[in-house]
Amino acid sequence: MNIKRLSACALLALGLGTAMNAQAHRTWMLPSATVLSGENTWVTVDGAVSNSLFYFEHFPLQLGGLKITSPTGAEVEAQNQAKGKYRSTFDVELKEDGTYTLEMRRQGIFARYTQDGEPKRWFGRAEKMERRIPKDAQDLQISEVDNRMQVFVTKGAPSDETFKPTGDGLELVPVTHPNDLFTGEEVTFQFLADGQPAKGMEAVLIRGGIRYRDDVDEIKLTTDDEGHLKVTFEEPGMYWLNLKGEQPSTEIEGATKRLGYTATLEVLPL
Amino acid sequence: MQWKQVTAAALLSVAANQAMAAELKVQIEVPSIDIAEYHRPYVAVWIENAKGRHQQDLAVWYDLEMRDNEGTKWLKDLRLWWRRSGRQLEMPVDGISSATRPAGAHEMVFAADDPKLADLPAGEYRLVVEAARELGGRELLRLPFQWPAEAAQKQTQQGEHELGRVALELTP
Repeated sequence: MNIKRLSACALLALGLGTAMNAQAHRTWMLPSATVLSGENTWVTVDGAVSNSLFYFEHFPLQLGGLKITSPTGAEVEAQNQAKGKYRSTFDVELKEDGTYTLEMRRQGIFARYTQDGEPKRWFGRAEKMERRIPKDAQDLQISEVDNRMQVFVTKGAPSDETFKPTGDGLELVPVTHPNDLFTGEEVTFQFLADGQPAKGMEAVLIRGGIRYRDDVDEIKLTTDDEGHLKVTFEEPGMYWLNLKGEQPSTEIEGATKRLGYTATLEVLPL
Repeated sequence: MQWKQVTAAALLSVAANQAMAAELKVQIEVPSIDIAEYHRPYVAVWIENAKGRHQQDLAVWYDLEMRDNEGTKWLKDLRLWWRRSGRQLEMPVDGISSATRPAGAHEMVFAADDPKLADLPAGEYRLVVEAARELGGRELLRLPFQWPAEAAQKQTQQGEHELGRVALELTP
């Protein structure tokens, strides 16, 4: 019982809460600003797993695996990292002009099975699966999990350098630049799943500040055949974007690959 | 005393001559706001075409005397100007940027053959004035005009919080 709870917590802390729990835990990073000017420019970023947006009330985000890429493609250090009870924080110095991408990637195998009549689950890296899942596991269900979470911040004019698709996982291709979002203007993003248009994926956009309104006011969308998502924001604010989709795994025969994409987008009033 | 009068007369006649030349005159009132911590507003003045496309910056008032160019940190608060022009620029820009102004009316005069205006094709335009103040708000006003001016044109708008009276006057 204790072990079960522990592993559930560990999974949640990994940012996989959304993928496996009926209760909708949301994983996010929240930058102090996305549009910046001047010299000696910094952003500070909070990271958490929570129910309500953007409040710290459940788990801090585990910062291992955080990757920050500068406009010219250089790796940038996440400074002053700290983990509190409910949130993690770090700072990024923006020395170059252009758009920085802050990314966390979670990839692995999720397995459910029963052993001696007990339901079990395991999450880990693909190469460890064979050793970790017991030979006598029954009702084995395996899925590949691939979640990407991104935040974009721009000093000066937005740039596209960090958006070159890698063909790996769910990726955002900016038709509208994600740091150039304004109310009343149509925004278009394209999504690729392993390099191909991510068609028919369910997306949700939620504006922060849920605590101060009665409805979550989710904007529900589905990507079209080209993987495009179109939306016109009526209210400015920080929005949490989440996409989910499934396709057959190319790694494990017969398994499903569960793809996820999360971003925090700032929409400014025009 | 005599000399002073002569000088004043000479200056007046120079001013009169200038008033005869084709020009674009912008008057911007920075409202006086009585609060404990007052910072002068950042102000951007530019020309956009009838479709809202940025054509030409005329002025940006910001804190350019801060150490290490730190005053540029708040330029993005001139939200629309930052998007349309500022984020592409390396500040300061000669002939465009200058220091913030105190409360009161400020006038800028651009001769029709000023490089900022000389290349403007004939058509409908809007003068845009955007102001943003530290610990305060932001306000934006638009004043339409026709270029080049074939007849005298005058437009006035009254700001509500960060801008006072803004006037545009064109002399053919």
